Amino acid sequence: MSAGTQKLEVTLAEVVEVNALVKRFRFVRRDGGEMPTFSGGAHVVVEMRDGGITRLNPYSVMSDPRDRTCLMISVRRDDVGRGGSLFLHQKAKAGDQMVISYPVNLFSLDLRARKHLMIAGGIGITPFLAQIKQLAATNGRFELHYSVRSQALASYADDLRDHHPEHVRIYHDDQDERIDLDTLLDGQPLGTHLYVCGPKGMIDWAVKTALAQGWPREAVHSEEFLAPQSGQPFEVTLDRSGKTIKVGEHQSLLEALEAAGVDAPYLCRGGACGQCETDVLRHEGKFVHRDHWLTDEQKSCGNKIMPCVSRFEGKTLVIDR
Amino acid sequence: MSKFQFPKSILSRPVYDTLQARAGRAHLMVADAEGAEALLDLAKAAPDLMAKSHIIYIPKGAGFEAQLAALRPAQLRVAPSFAAVAPRLHKALADAHMGLQIYLAGTEGLIGQVMQAAISAGYLASAIQGEHRGSVARRVQCVHCKGITEDVATDPFVCAHCGLNLFVRDHYSRRIAAFQGVCIDAEEPGQVPPAKELYA
Repeated sequence: MSAGTQKLEVTLAEVVEVNALVKRFRFVRRDGGEMPTFSGGAHVVVEMRDGGITRLNPYSVMSDPRDRTCLMISVRRDDVGRGGSLFLHQKAKAGDQMVISYPVNLFSLDLRARKHLMIAGGIGITPFLAQIKQLAATNGRFELHYSVRSQALASYADDLRDHHPEHVRIYHDDQDERIDLDTLLDGQPLGTHLYVCGPKGMIDWAVKTALAQGWPREAVHSEEFLAPQSGQPFEVTLDRSGKTIKVGEHQSLLEALEAAGVDAPYLCRGGACGQCETDVLRHEGKFVHRDHWLTDEQKSCGNKIMPCVSRFEGKTLVIDR
Repeated sequence: MSKFQFPKSILSRPVYDTLQARAGRAHLMVADAEGAEALLDLAKAAPDLMAKSHIIYIPKGAGFEAQLAALRPAQLRVAPSFAAVAPRLHKALADAHMGLQIYLAGTEGLIGQVMQAAISAGYLASAIQGEHRGSVARRVQCVHCKGITEDVATDPFVCAHCGLNLFVRDHYSRRIAAFQGVCIDAEEPGQVPPAKELYA
């Protein structure tokens, strides 16, 4: 059993349409007990049994960390993804029996911070919803700058603005409103920490801008879950298990390992946490590294792979599993 | 030569590096005695830094004031002691914004005390650069009376506050910016080994 993958048997208690692209899902425990505690920024891995395929996708918990009656996630529909969000949007319904993991936090608030400066893009708002509830309850000082496509797709924007009018600013893409990051970062009080969650481009831009202004790396936090992408099928030999398995077009290497009954470690399933790092023993071909974990140097070395998001194209791949 | 290679020790003991210029909106540099040499080296490697730098210098008789002034920093304050300059340091930190880089150079006592002030102002300890130069004397707190003795150069030494004979440990507190001194003759009063220079 991987670290942090203890399971919770839950009932999907409620599905709410937030807007045209986003739905909210509320899970309660089947045994009627309390949900485990978590801190703002945590995610759960949701198991989805979609016909013959089992999907395990991570979603940030967006509900109030003080509310032990349920865990809530909000999911944006991705019409060109591998189908996890489509399954939740189209097939999951209130009353369904499901399995989710215990919450794991890879994007927690640094509570040493004097001020928390948050930058969110689109559905990247979800971890901040829980963090803001946590901070509001503890008199934490925060400021949220939230970029959305349009008023109609601005998930939870009204709610945030109503509750925290002094601390939330919304930027609408379709009205040409942009976060002026250079000015925003300049002049923040000593001890401010920056948090970014959103599309990759936004994260790279925010991290780069902060570092160029001299913010310490340790004061800049980001989270981006990558969904595994489809690709050419490939074969992989598992040296320790003595098996050779095939990774399908729409399957990740991690999912193929699990389907073959091999207990491979994981935590985020999105290329961020490093838990699934696996040694490559031999290879002939080229890697499609997609994670944020390995350094460029490690990636070019070809002796490590992150099975949750990365793939391989070529003749032979032998890994230590 | 003002550099000293400290022997490897326990995790609690601070380690020092060579100052490197970093990107930043403002630069605060605090040095004592031969620590000025580290700032001169830094200025040589990155002359552009000085226009945005605030230097606080405690000469302790080392006499680098003119050389530091020649770097033409945005601000230079020469002070007789850390205590004399502490209010200025606290004010500078209170007014500072993110994007400030902190460079410390000189004795362990100076580096530790400025670090302590910076951390309590919200700065991250791991983001502060410190380069040791000059005296290897330490700032030591007596675990018995809690008094702090500055510039301790020998081990054991006599606590300046309560008079106990103290053994100088490598155990360091960032919170109080001092090493720990423990009574060396508690079991057999008077049985005190001869004092030796630190690292001798």
